[in-house]
Amino acid sequence: MAAGLQAVRESAPALKRQTMPRAKRAAIVGIPAFLVLAFTGSMSLGLIMAALILAALYIPAWSALPAGKWVVLAGILLLAILYPIYQPNLFDVLVFGNFPSADTGVTMLVFIMMALGLNIVVGYAGLLDLGYVAFYAMGAYTVAWFASQHFSGVTVHVGGVGVAPSTPGFHISIWLVVIIAGVFATVAGVLIGFPTLRLRGDYLAIVTLGFGEIMPQIAVNGDNLFGRNITNGSQGINPIDPPGFGDRLHNAVGLPTDFLSSPNSTRLFYWTALFLVVVTAFCSARLRDSRLGRAWIAIREDETAAAAMGVPLMRTKTWAYAGGAFFGGVAGAYYGSFKGGTFPSDFYFNISVFILCMVILGGMGNIWGVIVGAAFLSYLNQEGLANIGAWMNANGVSDFVFRKQIDVPLYTSGIFGVILVLTMLFKPEGLIPSERRKQEFREGVHDQPLYDVTHE
Amino acid sequence: MATEQARIRVGRPGYRPDVLTIIGLLLVILFGFWLLVNFIKAPADFYNLFLIGLTNGCIYGLVAIGYSLVYGILELINFAHGDVFMLGGMLVATMVTGWSLQNDSGVVLWLFIILMLLITMAFCATINTTIEIVAYRRLRNAPRLAPLITAIGMSFILQNIGLVWKGARPTSVPDILPNGTVFTIGGVPYTWNKFIVLLFTIPVLLALMWLVQRTRHGKAMRATAQDREAAAMMGISVNRTISFTFFLAGCMAGAAALLYALYFTNIRYTEGFRVGLIAFTAAVLGGIGNLPGAVLGGLVIGFVQAFNEGLGWHAPGSDWTQSIVFSILILILVFRPEGLLGERTPEGA
Repeated sequence: MAAGLQAVRESAPALKRQTMPRAKRAAIVGIPAFLVLAFTGSMSLGLIMAALILAALYIPAWSALPAGKWVVLAGILLLAILYPIYQPNLFDVLVFGNFPSADTGVTMLVFIMMALGLNIVVGYAGLLDLGYVAFYAMGAYTVAWFASQHFSGVTVHVGGVGVAPSTPGFHISIWLVVIIAGVFATVAGVLIGFPTLRLRGDYLAIVTLGFGEIMPQIAVNGDNLFGRNITNGSQGINPIDPPGFGDRLHNAVGLPTDFLSSPNSTRLFYWTALFLVVVTAFCSARLRDSRLGRAWIAIREDETAAAAMGVPLMRTKTWAYAGGAFFGGVAGAYYGSFKGGTFPSDFYFNISVFILCMVILGGMGNIWGVIVGAAFLSYLNQEGLANIGAWMNANGVSDFVFRKQIDVPLYTSGIFGVILVLTMLFKPEGLIPSERRKQEFREGVHDQPLYDVTHE
Repeated sequence: MATEQARIRVGRPGYRPDVLTIIGLLLVILFGFWLLVNFIKAPADFYNLFLIGLTNGCIYGLVAIGYSLVYGILELINFAHGDVFMLGGMLVATMVTGWSLQNDSGVVLWLFIILMLLITMAFCATINTTIEIVAYRRLRNAPRLAPLITAIGMSFILQNIGLVWKGARPTSVPDILPNGTVFTIGGVPYTWNKFIVLLFTIPVLLALMWLVQRTRHGKAMRATAQDREAAAMMGISVNRTISFTFFLAGCMAGAAALLYALYFTNIRYTEGFRVGLIAFTAAVLGGIGNLPGAVLGGLVIGFVQAFNEGLGWHAPGSDWTQSIVFSILILILVFRPEGLLGERTPEGA
């Protein structure tokens, strides 16, 4: 085993050498970035940002230095942490308009988290999950049950903030609920995975799709499930308690009592989400390099060979499913608390595909790729498309091309469809692929079933 | 694609009921019992629902054949198929309104319906073939995930086209089918609008069967489905054969779209996805890649849906139809992944 590991480590630099030349990479990213910045108003801030972006994009060069990787990581993290503070002073980008607000930032971070979770299933283990939204729903409903007035028959307060102590219903601290939600989603993941993970490829995709379709229907019909109101039907459950630290910690250390009533509520939500993303990214990275992670990758590359080498298929796949589900559940719970409500319309199939889109566009299996893909697409969905549409309408592009003013958000699903198709056709490994994944897509994998299907 | 050893067929093992089989049988018996009780309680309702189920089942079967054809030859779930069907339905809505067919009757109406059938089939077949050439052809040798994701992307694009074309509200299609009674069964009239669906489905299916079983094109299709490389070596133009398969699948979707739009008298941009999933379930239920199986699966799903939505005794009701259909899908894949008429494959074993 140790010798095998050694071989894998030694082959890593060999893989690295095959990447694009650094100068070419810098030119490809740097020149458009400079052009975009050159067209914008405030040059001074623009130049600083340009320098920072270029520095961030130069990760391969930096990481050659000892500890350089950590410097870059710290720099990016610092930029992310300070974002809500310097965001209002940022310049407008051509076409895209202003930078996303911190509020949009929270949504983006939640989607980054979900995409990282799905990346474990799709990117690492290579199991196409088309019903990932089921875990998100699981998390969102968990927070709705344990931190709202929904179950008004009981009054349980365990560190809940933002409500009077006499308010009926479960009011458990969001920090706890987020973990409970993760555990619930994990259990759901194992339960769903157990019967279905025996299936390969397309069949698995279809079964997960089936679960993903059943979930919102249960949520919609759940207001009368065996005579009980579990999900409050299509009206959803709201309000949900905000996260917070309670009076005692507020008085002792100065931590905010509850996020919602705090004067800089959005920033608090943003920083918490960022913290969750960092934890998720860290866990993904560590999982990927663990024994389990290597087993996932082995299964992805060749299931039959992996099984022959003694990788327990079912157990390994179930762990991938459970891991992905955990982060989906946590993200769902936090998002529910941020939005203050949980509604069944949030859990339709297109959200599953939307998250899948992020993973694919960014680059399956690569954490940075997934983060960039998720941030970009959720930004487009939240603000970007509307901004682009407004710009096109205001500057006569719409009139010139379409002969009328257009409503770009109307085309959201089509645009995502185009992104999926174009990515698959021209860059199937995604924008920032992991080296290994890229080679799989270029050279093809031999993951044909041992016995093939015969059609007669 | 397939090596020598990859073609070894797995025979059914000797008969020995395992736990899964017993649970599966129990589920089927429970279902049968439920149907029987309902039949005894209200026979008239039962007959009526049977006819509704038959009609729905025909439409699902037609769509399901499209999935089965494509899966049989490419092992690809063509997610966009349902949306091709939806666009066909929208075209029918446009034609019926545009030509004010609600004012016609008799022979003129029939001629127009047949004309619309041909136009819709051609329309859907063109879209389907175009999709194959644009989106799937480049990915012939890519990992199997790649074309599947492209298919989902195409489905989204077509759905968006539907949304932009007809808006978010359901488009109503003027009711042009006659409503008279063909014959009565158990006191329940079998109306013309239901009968027409059957009347159109059967010849279309027979034509397809003839095409696949008896013609050179059909032979080429079957050969390509069996082994693409060997087929190419035998001088079969694989790409053209695959395009032809998509063409046929599109034709089936077109026929289904016409019947759906005329029978249900409305169509919405999300309908393609919904019907597509149901039809795909039907295809899996019957044994994917197996054409009679797809029709059988479609009928079963049609009956299940009708009985679930209409029966009085312990039926979950229309709120749960979709969940039930997908539960069937999941159960089938768990208990009998090869489907009702399919062969046992290692995919699910």
